[in-house]
Amino acid sequence: MPVDNSMEQLRSTALEELDACTSNLNLQEWRVRFLGRKGLLTGLLRGLKNLEPLERKVVGSEANQLKVFLEGRLALAEGRLIEQETLILGENDRIDVTRPGRLKKGGGYHPLTKIRREIEAAFISMGFQVVEGPEIEWERYNFELLNIPKNHPSRDIWDTLWVDYRNERGERNMLLRTHTSPMQARIMEQEEPPIRVIVPGKVYRYEATDRTHEWHFHQVEGLAVARGITFADMKGTLYEFARRIFGSDRKVRFRCDYFPFVEPGVDMSIDYLAPGATTHDWLEIMGAGMVHPKVLEGVGYDPEEYTGFAFGIGLERIAMLKYGIDDIRLFFDNDLRFLRQF
Amino acid sequence: MKIPISWLKDFVDIRIPVDELADKLTMAGLEVGSVDRVGGWDKCLVGCVRSVTPHPNADRLRLCEVDTGSTIHQVICGAPNVTAGQKICFAEIGASLFDPRNSKPMTLKAAKIRGEISEGMICSELELGLSDEHEGILVLPEDAPTGMPLDDYLGDYILDIEPTPNRADWFSILGVAYEIAALTGEEIHEPSVEYPEEGEDIHNQVKVTIETADLCPRYSASLIKGVSIHESPGWLQDRLKKAGIKVVNNVVDVTNYVMWEYGQPLHAFDYERLLKQHVIIRKGYTGEEIVTLDGVQRALLSDTLVIADDRDAIALAGIIGSKHSEIVDITRDVFLESASFDPGNNRKTAQGFGLRTEANIRFEKGLRPGLVNIALKRATRLINLVAGGMVAKGQIDEYPGREEPRKIRLTLLKIKHVLGIEISLSNIVKTLKGLGFQCFVTDNAVDVSIPYWRSDIMMEEDLVEEVARIMGYEAIPTTMLSSPIPHHKIQDFYTFRENIRDLLVREGLQEIVTYSACSLEALRRMRLIGDSGKLVRLANPMSSDFEYMRPVMGAHMLQTLISNLSFNRGPIAIFEMGRVYLKQENDLPEERDIVAGLLYGPYSEEGWLALDGEFDFYDAKGIVESLLGRLFLTGDYTALDEGFLHPGKSASINLFDRSVGKIGEIHPVVQKEFGVTEGTAVYFEMDVRSMFEMATETIPRIKALARFPSTIRAVSLLVDRKVTSVSIQSIFQRNKLITKAVLEDVYEGDGIPGQKCSLTFRVYLQSPIKTLSSDEANNVIDKVLGILKSETGAILRGTEGQD
Repeated sequence: MPVDNSMEQLRSTALEELDACTSNLNLQEWRVRFLGRKGLLTGLLRGLKNLEPLERKVVGSEANQLKVFLEGRLALAEGRLIEQETLILGENDRIDVTRPGRLKKGGGYHPLTKIRREIEAAFISMGFQVVEGPEIEWERYNFELLNIPKNHPSRDIWDTLWVDYRNERGERNMLLRTHTSPMQARIMEQEEPPIRVIVPGKVYRYEATDRTHEWHFHQVEGLAVARGITFADMKGTLYEFARRIFGSDRKVRFRCDYFPFVEPGVDMSIDYLAPGATTHDWLEIMGAGMVHPKVLEGVGYDPEEYTGFAFGIGLERIAMLKYGIDDIRLFFDNDLRFLRQF
Repeated sequence: MKIPISWLKDFVDIRIPVDELADKLTMAGLEVGSVDRVGGWDKCLVGCVRSVTPHPNADRLRLCEVDTGSTIHQVICGAPNVTAGQKICFAEIGASLFDPRNSKPMTLKAAKIRGEISEGMICSELELGLSDEHEGILVLPEDAPTGMPLDDYLGDYILDIEPTPNRADWFSILGVAYEIAALTGEEIHEPSVEYPEEGEDIHNQVKVTIETADLCPRYSASLIKGVSIHESPGWLQDRLKKAGIKVVNNVVDVTNYVMWEYGQPLHAFDYERLLKQHVIIRKGYTGEEIVTLDGVQRALLSDTLVIADDRDAIALAGIIGSKHSEIVDITRDVFLESASFDPGNNRKTAQGFGLRTEANIRFEKGLRPGLVNIALKRATRLINLVAGGMVAKGQIDEYPGREEPRKIRLTLLKIKHVLGIEISLSNIVKTLKGLGFQCFVTDNAVDVSIPYWRSDIMMEEDLVEEVARIMGYEAIPTTMLSSPIPHHKIQDFYTFRENIRDLLVREGLQEIVTYSACSLEALRRMRLIGDSGKLVRLANPMSSDFEYMRPVMGAHMLQTLISNLSFNRGPIAIFEMGRVYLKQENDLPEERDIVAGLLYGPYSEEGWLALDGEFDFYDAKGIVESLLGRLFLTGDYTALDEGFLHPGKSASINLFDRSVGKIGEIHPVVQKEFGVTEGTAVYFEMDVRSMFEMATETIPRIKALARFPSTIRAVSLLVDRKVTSVSIQSIFQRNKLITKAVLEDVYEGDGIPGQKCSLTFRVYLQSPIKTLSSDEANNVIDKVLGILKSETGAILRGTEGQD
């Protein structure tokens, strides 16, 4: 039989049988039968050795073409088979993907932790460090060292919860800190300038509770003291804080205010559109100012050499503004329906 | 404090809109809480009553003819005080008024009353919304210009200001006027303090003795004899009413009026009631009493500063007068006091008596002695003007605490140093002069003389603030800190604690924040009260709910649980990172950082995939173990005696033989006390500082990874129930070829004797140098079984009864 014919026949048989393949297994058998080492095509090629060299070359090339052709058809058939199987999988092996997934029990942070971390991150990026201090304090740190002497009317700003304790002179001098500011004095007593710290923590006031007041809340105190710190530096730092927390389109206002431990004193407000209101209002978000020379003197710093600024931020107020919370009591009610929204 | 704009205008011209003024004051530090408008009386004019005739058909009504300049209106009026010639407030038809019957707004309509037409209304104060006064019509001064719109004549704006406690001068019109002058560039006009002195020399008629010069640096007085006490004139009453001050009589009203103007409280005594015409400033005697103007009898203390006559205390100095010497209708001679008192003593005394008076509010802020005589002269002039009489020659002026003029140098360098900008000398001088400071320019500095009404300016920095706040904080640029960043101190503990917070959130717990104080009752429910003397108690707690600083975290966790149960049946998994407070002798209490958690209810959220079962001890323990594992710590768990936990299902959590916390089911009795009647709450708490101290010793060291496969054997043991699984596990793991033994199953029940249980361990055997053969593995297990039997009595299950 001429080689041409047998090659043509092999080709048509192979294609016929390939079409009949319906599984991967069939395809593998087909490959062995036609293209394998002991397959029909190899057998055909083996017969070539009897031919003339010239003819052998021609036929050999044709046989190789046939091999490439059949390999191509095999690849196509494999692809077709995968498509068919995919179609069948999609038809017969379906799940309802809309059913709820297997939930990992959800934990979450208290909103005050979230906002505190945001504030900390803003100041840490400006070179501040986080420190903490005692919530139960001596009157000396909470008031005297902050230029708030006994019987001074500015004490009215801080209604105080006192600890049932008297010193050897019979005076009540232990209290729940009314602000995080006592740490200003404590830090400066322990450290030499330069200082850049923030102090997050709980503070307490003798204050009746309502939507905007709690007897127990949180502050973040800030203090920066070094040579050459100015009011302009304070403005820059606090602007940057506001930009980080509230976004750069929020307007900020600095007005004069009085706190005995700073001079000049500042109240920083941001513009605020109350729910239902049509005009913006200013809402105070922190008190600040240049550290009072008497405070610096009190801890042994030379006010002619060092200057600095301090600030106190109310965490609850920032969280209320940022998350649209309208009642401060929600923070301590610990209703899980509220907490799980954060 | 309320300040009418019309009154302010006596002292300073105001040419900007009132809202702008309020904004400027607020920015400069004097917060204007609100601006209230007096007026808005459309179609109301100053009218003149031309005639009053009886109403022909009604006894109580009168027909009045009211001239408004261009027209004469007939009006029916029922007020008893209407007479011809009066200047009154006339409302035309269409005017908007307050209905006297219900105080609601109404529009005035033409009316016909018993046959007579009424073309408007003569208004009372109530109808104009000025006060609740409706006894009669409001009569205006005779010089009120007929036909002038009432808004122009009576209209006003009231600033409600909120002065800061450092600014005594902001409690006065003068102080606020200077503020406005500086902010708007206007001039100040100080009112007249002149009057004729026609009487006998005051020094011959009264003697003043200051016994306590430290508490009373200056005492001045004048004497006005032969006054007539009656109602104040309309203009005076009008201003006091707008300022929210109660009107009393002409003399008392003047003292209040001048206090508002200058911020200096004054007190008028009935001269004839002063025993021996001797006034003494002294401290109270033990047992001494005074009946103050509010009618309260008060016992004086030895540090109470009083004004006394030759025998009795007649006033609490700078706070309140006495009934005994008050100005009454029959008073003829007035002894008028203007003095300085020590602010600290004044505040302490007022607080001690629970009093807060306008005088005390000002004295406690610290008033300069320089205010005393000027306010005295102003008040003497006005009393003379409104109550008549004759002023004695001269004034008493005892001034033992004479104050030197206050001068402070402000340098350009200080401005630059504090504010970070340069301000020219001329701008500094202009700003300070506007506030009433006297300035003397020298090289690169200004010598500033502090005016008598400013008690807050003590040092150079105070002047820096004055310049900055009047020029406006907005004028100061913003710069970023350029000072050196301090060395970073490694905040291991803080990071460690935040890490625990993160890990517990990852374990599925919701963070809560609770109050730091609790009630004794809550501690009793926790079975925790041994000795309440060991607790940190507050002297003035908000309520008994918050009387004690919490010594434990658990009570608030249980309260949070019960408060959530009405909306939520679980799963509830919460934690708090907070402090507990432990009393220490003669020192601040110890504040200990604690992390506590509580689990309650079904193990998983409801749903088609929900797993059955409720949280139990081992869920809490899993969380603790996972937490410790992440911190490279391994705890061991030993028996615990803790009153609020279940005695059989609780443990101490130990790290290196040191207890760092506790874990267990809440004692059923405690749980019931808190109102949780079903289910089981599981609790854990750990001392974060102790964990931190242990964790610093536990730095992870990397072990080489095994190169040969491990062989696994399941070993079921029959053991006595008192033998702990951890003791068996550790015997397995003592063998060098066993890498771990995992407790795979626990079985008690059929086929197991009552006192025993079956524990199945999955034991991993591995050699670092080769793959273990099956025989080698079996040999290891046999060896360990021998040890287990001798040390714990455990035997291989299925070999019971064999030797």
